[in-house]
Amino acid sequence: MIRLEKRKEPSKFWRIANPFLAVVLTMIAGGIMFAMLGKDPFVAIRLIFFDPIFSETFASYSRPQLLIKSAPLILIAVGLAIGFKANVWNIGAEGQYIIGALFGAGVALAFFPQPGWYIFPLMVLAGAFGGFLWAMIPAILKTRFNTNEILVSLLLVYVAERILAAMALGLMRNPDQPGFPGSRDLRRYEAAHNAELIANTGMHWGVVAAFIAVIFAYVIMTRHMLGFHVQLAGQAPRAARFAGVAPARLVVVCLGIAGALAGLAGMFEVSGPGGQVRIEFASGYGFTAIIVAFLGRLNPLGIVLAGFLLGLTYIGGELGQMMLQLPGAAIQVFQGMLLFFLLALDFQTNYRIRLTQGMRA
Amino acid sequence: MILGSINPAVLMAALMVAATPILLAAIGELVVEKAGVLNLGVEGMMIMGACVGFIVAVNTGSPIMGFIGAALGGIALSLLFALLTQALMTNQVASGLALTLFGLGLTALLGQGYVGITPPRTPKLDLGPLSDIPFLGRALFTHDIVVYLTIALVGAVWWFLKYSRAGMILRAVGENHDAAHALGYHVKRVRVFAIMFGGACAGLGGAYLSLIRVPQWTEGMTVGAGWIALALVVFASWRPWRAMAGAYLFGGVVVLQLNLQAAGVRIPVEYLSMSPYLITILVLVIISSGKGRSLNAPGSLNKPFHASS
Amino acid sequence: MKKLLTAAVLSAALATPALADTTKVGFIYIGPVGDFGWTAGHDRARQELQEHFGDAVETSIVENVDYGADAERVMTQMALSGTDMIFAASFGYGPDVNAVAGRFPDVAFQHATGYIQEHDNISLFDARFYEGRAVLGHIAGKMTETNTIGYIASYPIPAVVSGINSAYLHAKAVNPDVNFRIIWTYSWFDPALEADAAETLIEQGADVIMQHTDSTAAVRVAEDAGVMAFGQASDMTEFGPNAHLSAIVDRWAPYYISRVQALKDGTWEAQNSWMGFAEGIIEMAPWNDRIPAELQEEADGLIAAISAEEYHPFTGPINRQDGTAWLADGEVADDGALATMDFFVEGITAEFPN
Repeated sequence: MIRLEKRKEPSKFWRIANPFLAVVLTMIAGGIMFAMLGKDPFVAIRLIFFDPIFSETFASYSRPQLLIKSAPLILIAVGLAIGFKANVWNIGAEGQYIIGALFGAGVALAFFPQPGWYIFPLMVLAGAFGGFLWAMIPAILKTRFNTNEILVSLLLVYVAERILAAMALGLMRNPDQPGFPGSRDLRRYEAAHNAELIANTGMHWGVVAAFIAVIFAYVIMTRHMLGFHVQLAGQAPRAARFAGVAPARLVVVCLGIAGALAGLAGMFEVSGPGGQVRIEFASGYGFTAIIVAFLGRLNPLGIVLAGFLLGLTYIGGELGQMMLQLPGAAIQVFQGMLLFFLLALDFQTNYRIRLTQGMRA
Repeated sequence: MILGSINPAVLMAALMVAATPILLAAIGELVVEKAGVLNLGVEGMMIMGACVGFIVAVNTGSPIMGFIGAALGGIALSLLFALLTQALMTNQVASGLALTLFGLGLTALLGQGYVGITPPRTPKLDLGPLSDIPFLGRALFTHDIVVYLTIALVGAVWWFLKYSRAGMILRAVGENHDAAHALGYHVKRVRVFAIMFGGACAGLGGAYLSLIRVPQWTEGMTVGAGWIALALVVFASWRPWRAMAGAYLFGGVVVLQLNLQAAGVRIPVEYLSMSPYLITILVLVIISSGKGRSLNAPGSLNKPFHASS
Repeated sequence: MKKLLTAAVLSAALATPALADTTKVGFIYIGPVGDFGWTAGHDRARQELQEHFGDAVETSIVENVDYGADAERVMTQMALSGTDMIFAASFGYGPDVNAVAGRFPDVAFQHATGYIQEHDNISLFDARFYEGRAVLGHIAGKMTETNTIGYIASYPIPAVVSGINSAYLHAKAVNPDVNFRIIWTYSWFDPALEADAAETLIEQGADVIMQHTDSTAAVRVAEDAGVMAFGQASDMTEFGPNAHLSAIVDRWAPYYISRVQALKDGTWEAQNSWMGFAEGIIEMAPWNDRIPAELQEEADGLIAAISAEEYHPFTGPINRQDGTAWLADGEVADDGALATMDFFVEGITAEFPN
């Protein structure tokens, strides 16, 4: 009989080998699905995994795009991971992302058309503050009234979406385009434009912020007292209390950090790649980032890799649709498979498969 | 008088219908969470039920077969989740989210040939003289059978969790899986059954949308109902009747805000359209602020279990 | 940036030994092709386009593309892969279409319901849905017995608002007692919510339901309640054989075919086309038999008058909701005013959102 046995130490070998094995298995399973849909599986997989990075036609454009697509995911996931480690369940990053974008854009639109070096930094602060503020609602309701943060943060996503629509149709509407929803194009307003720092690299301030956040989170989690408290609260809440961790403060800090980072992501998106406050501005980054956080095992460096891998399948998936007429749904299924394999194989890191003697039925 | 055109009996009738799909999914997820498992894939299982139920109903011509198919479809997807989280010990939150992504994509593929056709009609339940009772007749006794079966299911789950031996074991597993294991209960087996029940209920909720409420098949047609169901379980503090109250509250505010809009009440539309979410939060805050009472969350919720012996 | 992209374009041109007469046409959609609504309408046209040209055209699609960075990337990749013409099928792609068009002057862009046109390789096109709404309003005004018409609306954008106004004016013209009840869903597609909205409107006395949202839910609810409804974007008769009076059906195919033909002939140039009954871009689903023969004739006559440009649905005198004058007697609304309409006309009692 097969049984799992817990390893004393997580296996270093499998920790590194698993993602590769998962990708290979996804290629096989996905290839079978593509073949069943009547498409050449080898071409499909090449389009999804290789062409965005290596193809002569696309790579020079899509390599930088990988940064643009992955940066918000990484930025949000890093913040969420700290909370998840402490058992603070913020699943409303999507809402915090939207409100951050609205705050950032709000500052820009208030200053329009004035020039000024200080406008963009103010937008950065406003974006972070907006996300922070939106995350403080579940945090304060949790600490003051004992209200579950899963429910509050999730439902506030829907509220944020309605506010976004109302803003795009009302207060933030571009007065030069009467009647049409959507704000001014912030990319046309130099003082507010989150432009590429070096042309054709995809590097914008959001990417920089994502990397800073990763390093920052890494240091906090491994070197700082807060990181210790977070780990302790997550693994042994009672011991944490004895060690002087105030649970209420931890909730506020965790939600605050995640909210501020999600708000930043929204602000960098709306002032750069997104360009405009519009009804369908949100791209589900806040929800996808939860998957990224766990695929990266809540570890900042793992999150970077997970963010890039997921970003790659998005860009490659578009190529697959365009070049091979794969249905968009098949790409979604393919991504689902990849996640399943990545998660499923993880057991090898912590467990060992054993055949128990005498019970071989 | 503007508000005169809003009939409370009709409002009551409408909210019961609006609440049914989310209540079905929520009551399933409630049992799953009571067993200590957090499955965030409700939306994926719901859309699976909506799609499979529709396909089966169209091909067999029978709505009943459709609902059975929907439950099986939900179970099939939930077994994938069970395999991942129970056998392979994967993270529950991530697995559930992946399940939603997978379910949305898979159903879009499966349902490709079923867009733009109508499913067989589910017959209306005729409750005869009951539906002629003033007020109550219109409010309570004019629905399709699924509405009543859902209420019965809530009662059954309540009884099961509170009074049955199996329910007690399930709660024990959810509260403290190590202790339950020490007492000789099969933690994983209980959890797998709970997950399957959750899948079946979510599937039925989806089929209620695609076979009765709307009825049509379009990809992504659940539009977030699964997420609302998840929120309801928390709202209910894992108590079945409170889940029903929550679903009726949410459905009620949705229907009420539509009524206020149609009646031309001078409240900005954007505020009305976000009111169901805000009021649900507000009510939960009022309920949960009672003197630091515990949230009643199952003790082992979202914690992996591995028998070390 | 430009140099790099030019290099990429060159390499793409070298890499694809495409037959000289095969035109590559790309489509980006905001929703899934299976939405039975807006996106399905465009994809129907794409299929007709493909059938019409056979091997002379190669089409490709990307579904569910969000506005912003995603749209810009997809269109850029299409351009890089040697696509000759790109159809962007949602108004929100505006800034993205313009950004990509500026970098790829040799690609022809066709932007549906757009309003930003900064380069001479962008054509804008739209349908005069308000013409169809005028016909629906006329029929509704005559058919209603309760004098109450329910309207399920998505977002308060000009296309939706002008539709409500047009329907109201024409219902009012044949039935002075008519009264509109409006529900905004703040989404294009939410079947359960649309079903609830339809039920609410019926309970509040509406016996004709109109919708500017994509699902079939309202038609079915109307069927069950024994009242009447109009479908949206597609013929929805199957969902309510008794209730479904007609529907405005989107038919983009003639336009798509003409634009690709123009590109092949080398005569393509940037335009701003707003088309209606006259061009065959919108048409009515077959009249339900319950519409009396003389009313069917009136409706056909109205369509003919609009097609022949003898009659414009927005012809004064028309006042705004607050009573101020908008169009003087005999004055016809200009396209600019219609394309940016953000007010209700006099007589509609509901408050305008925002």
